[in-house]
This record gives sequence, C-alpha cells and structure tokens, in this order.
Amino acid sequence: MTVTNKGRAHWFYLAPALLLLGVFLVYPSAETIRLSFYGPRSDVFVGAQNYLRAFTSAPMLATFRNNLLWMAVFTLFTVGMGLLLAVILDRVRYETLIKSIIFLPMAISYVAAGVIWRFVYAFRPAVAPQIGLLNAIIVGMGGQPVWLLIQRPWLNNLALIAVGVWVWTGFCMVILSAAYKGIPREMQEAARIDGANEWQVFRCVTIPFLKSTLAMITTTMIVFVLKMFDIVYIMTNGAYDTDVIANRMYNEMFQFNNYGMASAIAVILFLAIVPFIVLNVRRFRAQEAVR
Amino acid sequence: MSSSRKVRRVPLHLVVIVLALIWLAPSLGLLVSSFRPRQDLLASGWWTAVATPSEWGRFTTSNYQDVLLRQGMGRAFLNSFIITVPTTLITLTIAALAAYALSWMEFRGRQVLLMTVVGLIVIPLQMTLIPVLRMFNVLRLSGTFPGIWLAHAGYGLPLMIYLLRNFFGALPRELFESAYMDGATPFTAFVRLVLPLSVPVLASAAIFQFLWVWNDLLVALVYLGGYSEVAPLTLRLSLLVGSRGQDWHLLTSAAFVSMIVPMAVFFSLQRYFVRGILAGAVKG
Repeated sequence: MTVTNKGRAHWFYLAPALLLLGVFLVYPSAETIRLSFYGPRSDVFVGAQNYLRAFTSAPMLATFRNNLLWMAVFTLFTVGMGLLLAVILDRVRYETLIKSIIFLPMAISYVAAGVIWRFVYAFRPAVAPQIGLLNAIIVGMGGQPVWLLIQRPWLNNLALIAVGVWVWTGFCMVILSAAYKGIPREMQEAARIDGANEWQVFRCVTIPFLKSTLAMITTTMIVFVLKMFDIVYIMTNGAYDTDVIANRMYNEMFQFNNYGMASAIAVILFLAIVPFIVLNVRRFRAQEAVR
Repeated sequence: MSSSRKVRRVPLHLVVIVLALIWLAPSLGLLVSSFRPRQDLLASGWWTAVATPSEWGRFTTSNYQDVLLRQGMGRAFLNSFIITVPTTLITLTIAALAAYALSWMEFRGRQVLLMTVVGLIVIPLQMTLIPVLRMFNVLRLSGTFPGIWLAHAGYGLPLMIYLLRNFFGALPRELFESAYMDGATPFTAFVRLVLPLSVPVLASAAIFQFLWVWNDLLVALVYLGGYSEVAPLTLRLSLLVGSRGQDWHLLTSAAFVSMIVPMAVFFSLQRYFVRGILAGAVKG
C-alpha cells in the first residue's frame, strides 16, 4: 500500500521543485536554443550562422582541439592513476592515510587549486631564485627555467590538465578501490596457484571484474572535462591557445557581448554531453529494474 | 613476512610514497608560503623555509590580517556562508518533499516525471546562464543573495531529488502500512518517519550541496559578478588572481582562507563526505 492519492495532495509536495526546475532549467534551456539562431543582441534572426562560425573559425577550432586533448589526457590519467592507486594501495598497511592525501584536493575549489598550481609553475628568470617548485627542480637538475603557461600549444595545455588530474584522481581511486575490494579473493588466488603472474592476474581477473565501474567513471570524467571552466579561467583565461568550450562561452557572453554566439556554444556543449545523458539514464533504468 | 619478500616490496612502497608526496607538496607549499613575509617568499623557495630551523621564527600571520581585513576576504568569508547555508537548506527541503511524492504517492505520470527530473541532471549550467541573467536583471535579482539562493537551488535539485528518491524508495513498505493503521497522514509520515530514517543520506546530500555551492565560481561570477560587496570567497580570490597575480604572500593566504571550511568538513565528516561526493558522481 502506497499513499492512495484521493485528491491533488502530491502537487503540494511537487510544486516548489517543479517551479524551480521550470524557471532555472527547462525554460532557460529552450530559450538558449532559440537565442542561438539570433545575432549578438538577440534581435536579428541569423539562421545557422552562429553554428557555421563555431565550426569554421580558427579560435573555435583550437578550442575544440583543446577539449579533445583534455578528454583524452585527463580521462586517461584520472582513470589510469585511480586504478593504479586502487590496486597498489590495497597492498600497503598505511592505505587510509595515503587515500586521504590523494582525495583531499576534491574538497577544495578549482579556484584554490588554480592558485596552488600557479604557484607550483611560478616562473622567474634564471638570475633570480626560483620560488615555484617545478622550476626549482628543473634548475636544480641543471636546466633553464620555463614559463610553462605560455608554452603553446601543448605544454601549457598539459600543465592545465595536470591540475585537473590532481583534483580528480582521488575520486576515481575511491570508486575503483571500493569495486576492487569487492572482487572475491579466491578468484585472484586461484589464478596465482595456476601459475599466473601479477600482470596476468590484473589483466584476466581484475580488469574484467572492474569493467562496468571503469565504464561508469570514464563517462563521468568525460562529462566533467567537457564542462571544464574554472581551471582554465583562473590560470590563463584561455590565452596562449588554452581556451576550452565553457570558457569560450563565458567570454563570448561577457567580453564580446555576443549572446547569439554564446548560446550556440552552450548548445554545442549540451549536444556533446547528450550521449552521456543517454548512458546515465540507461544506467538509472537498469537500477530501477533491479529494485 | 620473509625478508626477501620485504625487499621485493621496496619498489611498491617507493611508488606509493612518491605519489603521495606529489599530491601533498603543492598544498604544503601553499600553506607554508602563506605564513612567510613577502620578502622571504621572494628570496627563497618554501622548501628552504621548512628545512631551515632558523627561519621558523620568521613565520607570521600578517598576510592573513592583510587579506582578511584589507583585501575583502573577511567580508567574502561571511558572504560564502550567507550564500551557502540558506541554499543548502532550501534545496534539501524542496528536494525531500518532491522525492517523497515521487516515491510514495500514486498518481498518473509519476514515472515520466521521475525520468524527466533525472534527465535534467545532465543539463550543463551554460545552457541556462543567459536567459536566467536576463530574467534576474528584469526582476532586479542580479547581485542579490535571494537570486543566487534560488539559482543554486534550481541547479542542485535534480541531483538531490534523485539521491533522496533512491533512498526513500528503498524504505520498507510495512513501515507506512503500520503508520497509516495508526492514523498517520502522509505529511506526518514524512516528518515523523521518512526524515528521521533518512538522516545519513540527508547528511551526505547536504554536505555535497554545501561544498558544491561553497566551491562554485561560475554561478557567482555570472549572477554576482559586478557586485563586490556580495562576492563569495571563490569570486574574491579569482579577482585577487587577476589584480595581484604576482603577490604570492596575498594569494597563498587568501587561497588558504577559502580552503579552511571545506578541509574542516573533509576531516571531520570524511565518511559522509566521501559518500556525498560519490553520490554526486552523476551530476552534469
């Protein structure tokens, strides 16, 4: 027996939520799609012109390239390092301490993380003492200090991606570690007794067991990376070929006051995320079916 | 453990410790530097200050006094609370009511409504910024606390409803049956039964929403951007990066001020914190 609904009582519970969802998510999304077919000041209909420009102008293409780079490198490293840590930390007694250290960056804002890493990358000419950790190490090993954030287009993008990896690896580690501890120990032992070495155990027992978890966090990381904004905004604001879609959208909106273009970029971002919405909802349906 | 096995395990420990140091060093550098006077900070790396006991006496809190009193971080600290606490309460209350209806009330279209709400989880904020900002400008809600409370609540709702509904829906049916036998109304069942039983999930959800709002930059930037008197810590810190980008004595201490509350939450409520973060994995 659930609450048998005699009247419209459920609307009393649902109305505030539906009102806020309508005002802040549903209506604005529809309006943004409409605005994306209009000019900078939303008064002239321009058809698909904003989209054409988005897919042909050089700065936008560089932006897409950077997002692809983020997607590949960030996802590979967060998931890969998370997996590595989940497996090796299971073998040491001080696991909890190390996990806390790796997970800690999840607690702080990207803005603070950005400041922390700007300081790590701090650059001063070779004659001055280096106060940034990275350049101090480079100089200590006999190299020349580098101004990493202007080394376009690869090194500076990788430097930004490293900040993201520093923040998110702990998340992947915690989820994968929980899944790893759920693998029946007998399976791994049996493989070892049959003469498998550690790598074979990892590849033939561990990985197949973790496959669905790996797929889940990979989708999650991709959604996060597509929307990455704060790190780029704080560290370079997209200068020196480091722009990404979300930062570009912000600048089209506030720096260039081009609301049509900003809307089109938001829609492109949304469309890029849609496949992952489908995956998420499917996963939700599967969970519902089990219950 | 045999000694040969111990020797074989040395590389393992080395890898673990090196990784932990890589993760810890950047934050440690920030913390140490935030207590060093400006001229020291520019004269040598923070690791020298750690390794030189004679320098320890030179650590000072004056950078903190400067950022809190003269760079607006004190006011921003207060603003962050004024923004975050009501937002968390509003979001959780509204989400709990909706999740209750979606789990334990029968009405036509319930399943469709639930799928729609879950689908909204992955709409990127960016899709909403321009129309909401225009709406706020007309209603004079830009640069106000109620405006940002409502916006954050709207953005947080889909995930909160999803989390709470998963938990509420899993409560045993018999519980409600006996409550109704005793003459409880749906609302008393919600207040007396569902909420007390859901304290752990409410705590995880509250922590997640609190930290998400506390650490947010984009929403504050867009809706509070031009109004420095209401700026939260993240916004004030980002302004400081823009205007005083090389003043590391200010940036390090200001960044640490913005990290204190999340770190305290992390260390005191780690269990709920991790659960909250994991639950938020699906947020778009």
